[in-house]
Amino acid sequence: MIPRLELDGISKRYPGVLANDGVHLRVAPGEIHAVLGENGAGKSTLVKIVYGALRADAGTLRWNGAPVRIASPAAARALGIGMVYQHFALFDTLSVAENVWLGLDKRFGLRDAQTRIAQVASAYGLEVDPARPVHTLSVGERQRVEVVRALLGNPKLLILDEPTSVLTPQAKERLFATLRRLAADGCSILYISHKLDEIRELCDRCTVLRAGRVSGEVEPARETNASLSRLMIGAEPPPLRHTTRRPGDVVLDVRGLSLATRSPFGTELVDIALDVRAGEVVGVAGVSGNGQQELLAALSGEDARAPRGSIRLFGNDVARAGVAQRRRLGLRFVPEERLGRGAAPTLSLAANALLTRSDAVSRGWIRFGAVERLAGRLIARFDVKAPGARTAAQSLSGGNLQKFILGREVDAAPKLLIVAQPTAGVDVGAAARIRGELLELRDQGCALLVVSEELDELFEISDRLVVMAKGRLSPSIATSDATVELVGEWMSGLWQQATVQRQHA
Amino acid sequence: MLELEPRAQPSRALSLASPLFALALTVVCGAVLFALLGKDPLRGLAVFFVEPVKNLYALSELSVKATPLALIALGLAVSFRANVWNIGAEGQFVLGALGGGWVAMQAGPATGAWLVAPILVAGALGGMLWAGIVALLRDRFNANEILTSLMLVYVAVLLLGWLVHGPWKDPHGYNFPQTITFLPATRVPRLAEGLRANAGVLIALVAVAAFWVFLFRSWRGFQLQVGGLAPRAARYAGFSSRGALWTALLASGGMAGLAGALEAAGPLGQLTPHVPVGYGFAAIIVAFVGRLHPLGVVFAALLMSMFYIGGELAQSRLGLPKSLTGVFQGLLLFALLACDALVRFRVRWRSRPEPSRA
Repeated sequence: MIPRLELDGISKRYPGVLANDGVHLRVAPGEIHAVLGENGAGKSTLVKIVYGALRADAGTLRWNGAPVRIASPAAARALGIGMVYQHFALFDTLSVAENVWLGLDKRFGLRDAQTRIAQVASAYGLEVDPARPVHTLSVGERQRVEVVRALLGNPKLLILDEPTSVLTPQAKERLFATLRRLAADGCSILYISHKLDEIRELCDRCTVLRAGRVSGEVEPARETNASLSRLMIGAEPPPLRHTTRRPGDVVLDVRGLSLATRSPFGTELVDIALDVRAGEVVGVAGVSGNGQQELLAALSGEDARAPRGSIRLFGNDVARAGVAQRRRLGLRFVPEERLGRGAAPTLSLAANALLTRSDAVSRGWIRFGAVERLAGRLIARFDVKAPGARTAAQSLSGGNLQKFILGREVDAAPKLLIVAQPTAGVDVGAAARIRGELLELRDQGCALLVVSEELDELFEISDRLVVMAKGRLSPSIATSDATVELVGEWMSGLWQQATVQRQHA
Repeated sequence: MLELEPRAQPSRALSLASPLFALALTVVCGAVLFALLGKDPLRGLAVFFVEPVKNLYALSELSVKATPLALIALGLAVSFRANVWNIGAEGQFVLGALGGGWVAMQAGPATGAWLVAPILVAGALGGMLWAGIVALLRDRFNANEILTSLMLVYVAVLLLGWLVHGPWKDPHGYNFPQTITFLPATRVPRLAEGLRANAGVLIALVAVAAFWVFLFRSWRGFQLQVGGLAPRAARYAGFSSRGALWTALLASGGMAGLAGALEAAGPLGQLTPHVPVGYGFAAIIVAFVGRLHPLGVVFAALLMSMFYIGGELAQSRLGLPKSLTGVFQGLLLFALLACDALVRFRVRWRSRPEPSRA
C-alpha cells in the first residue's frame, strides 16, 4: 500500500542544535502512528515540518507517494493535513461556531458552519454546542472544538501534539474513542506523545525519536513500557523505593484560604483547606489553570494577600508574611517556570544560587568565593551537567537546570518543600533522579507538597492526594485508597457530591 | 526580505568591543558629513577628536563637561539596570542646582570653605526629592516613571525660571534673571590655578569606585539588578521590588542633584535660566555607551564631552552650527544600537517569508 505520508531523511538544524537528523517516517492510510520521544528529542520540529510551519534543511516529504513541498500550514490544509496544537488557538469571547468559522473558507456562511459542526460532532462523538462562547467551555471541550475545526477540512492525516496533557482521564478515553473511529474511516493519525501507556493503548505503529534521530520503529502493543523507555532514552529508569512511614506533626496548616484573583484570567481560590505533615508527600492533582498557580503564590509568599490566619507554618500565621520570612521558617519552593522565575536566565549559576541562599552574604556584602563554592557543591552533589559555576542559567537544559534549582532548595535542608511540576520537560533519567531526591527528603522528615499534572508521578511519590478544580481543593485521600478513575472524576470538580453522598450513607 | 536571526552564542569579546565599532562608524559618518558640508574632513575630525585633548587646558575643559555627565550616568546606570527608566535626570540636575544654590546664597563674608560640603549635600537632596516624587507616583499609583520623570523636567525648569525671575533675583543685577554671584568661599575648589577643572573630578572618580562596589559586591546591588533582569525571579527570591524602585530613583536622582550643585557652585557660580544645558539627557547616552558599567561610563563621558567641545569649536573654527554636537551624539547612539543588534543577531536574506505558525 502506498503510504499516506512518508518522510525521508528529514534534517533540521537550529543555531547550536541538530533538531532532526535524517528522520524517516511512514504513516499508512487509516493508521494511528505515534511519534514518541522525550522533551527535546525533536518531535515538535518534525511535526511543524509536516504541517508546513517550518521548512526542513534536507530530506523529502511524500504525500500519497508523490514528493511535495509544503510551504505553509495553508498548503498543508489544502493537501488534507489537519493539526491540533497542544496550546489551543481559540478566541474566548467568540462562540464555538464563530471560532470554527474563522478558520473556514469564507464561501460558507456561519449557518453552514453550524450545520457542519453538528454533522461532524455527531459522527465522531464530539458533542459541543456551537452557540456556546468558548470561555464557558472546559479544557476538554475546547480541545473537542479544535478537533472539530481540524475535521471540517476533511483531513486525510490528523496531527495531535501531546493532546492528553490537559485532559482528565475520562476526557482522554473519549478522545481515544473519537480517534479510533476516525482511523476506521480511513483518516491517518500522527500522535505525538511521551506517555508510554497511552501509545501502547492507542497506536498501531510507533516511531521513536532520540536526540533528533529515529531510534526505532515498533508495534507498541507488542512492547512493554520498559522496552519503549529503552528506545526513548537508551536506559530504563531505576525503580523508586517508596516505603510507608508514619507522618509526624503538622507543618503546614491551611484553613479558609479564599483569595480573589489579581489577573483577569486567573482563578479565584475558594475556601482552601489543607494540611501537610512532617515526613509525608501530599500530591496536588488537577488540570492546570484550576488555581494551582494562585495557591502556590499564596503559599510561597509571592502573593501575600491571604486572609490572616489562613496559612500557618509550624503554628505561626504566615498568611501575610513575605517570601524571605517564610523561608527563614523553613519553607522552600521550587516553581514551575525555571527560567525567569526559579532562575534569572542571563546570570551565572553562582549568582542564581544567591537568589535563595544568602549564606554567602555577610553584613550586606557578597563573598564571591563562598558563592562559587556553594554553586560548585550543588553542581557536584546533584549531578548537574554544566561546565562550571560561572555558566549562565539559560545555557543549561531543562532537566539540568531543574536539578540545580531543586538542589539549591534541597541543600538548604527545608522543613517544608513545595514543588510545582517537578519533572515537566525533564528527560526521563533526570526525572527519576528528581523523584528519588524528593522521597529521600521525605524520609529525612521534611514535609512535601507536590503539584503536578502527571497523575502517574503523583501516584508514584505521594502518600496522600488532593485534587484541585475550579479554585477549590478536594478532601485528601490516601494514595493507596485512590484510583485513577476517582481522581479523574475529582479533577472535574465532582468530589462535592461524593462527600455529600458519603455523609448521607 | 531581510531577517534578523538570533545568534546561538553572542561573542563576549565583540559585545565589549561594540562601542569601539560604534565610535569608528561615527568617525566615518562624521567624515562623510564634513565632506558633504564642503569642509575638509580631516580638519573637521581634528576639531572633534584632537583639539579637545591636545593640552592641559583642553583636558581641563574636557573634565568640566565630563564630570557632570559621568556623575549623572553612574546613577542612571544603576537605575536602568534595575529596569527603572528615569529619563528625568535633567530636572533632578536643576533641583540639585537650586538646592546647592540656596545654601550657597546663605553664606556671609565670614563663611569658610566648609560650606561647600553642605552645598553638595543640599544638591544631592534636591535631586533625590525630585526623583522621590517619581518613585512615590510609581509606588502609590503605578504611574509610568518614564512619563512622570520626563514631565517633572519641565516643572523643574519652570521652577528655576520663576525663582531667578522672582524671589531669588539679584537686586543689583540690572533686572537680569539671575541670582547673586556666589561668594568665592562657597565655590568648589579648583584643582590648579588657571584651569577650570575642579574637585568635582575627584568626587566623580570616588563615585565610580563606589558604584562599582555597590553594583558588583553588595547584596543590595545584586538584588536590584536581579529585579531588572528577571522581575519574577526577584519576586520569587523575595527581593523587594519597591526597595529596588526607591533605591534606583534616589540613587540616580541624588547623583544628578550632586552634579547640579557642582555645576552651580563650580563653573556657573550663580543661577540663571541657563543652568540646564542637556547634561541630564546626554547622560542617558553616556550610560548606554558605557554599557551601564561604572568604568565604561567614564570613557563614554569623556567621549560625549569631546562632542560638546567639538561642536563649540566647529562653530567658531569651521563656521558650522553648534547643533553638530547633537548630530554626533545621535550618530554614536545609533551606531551603538546597530552594532549591538549585529552582535546578538545575524542578518539573513530570505527569498520569501516563512510562516511561523497557523
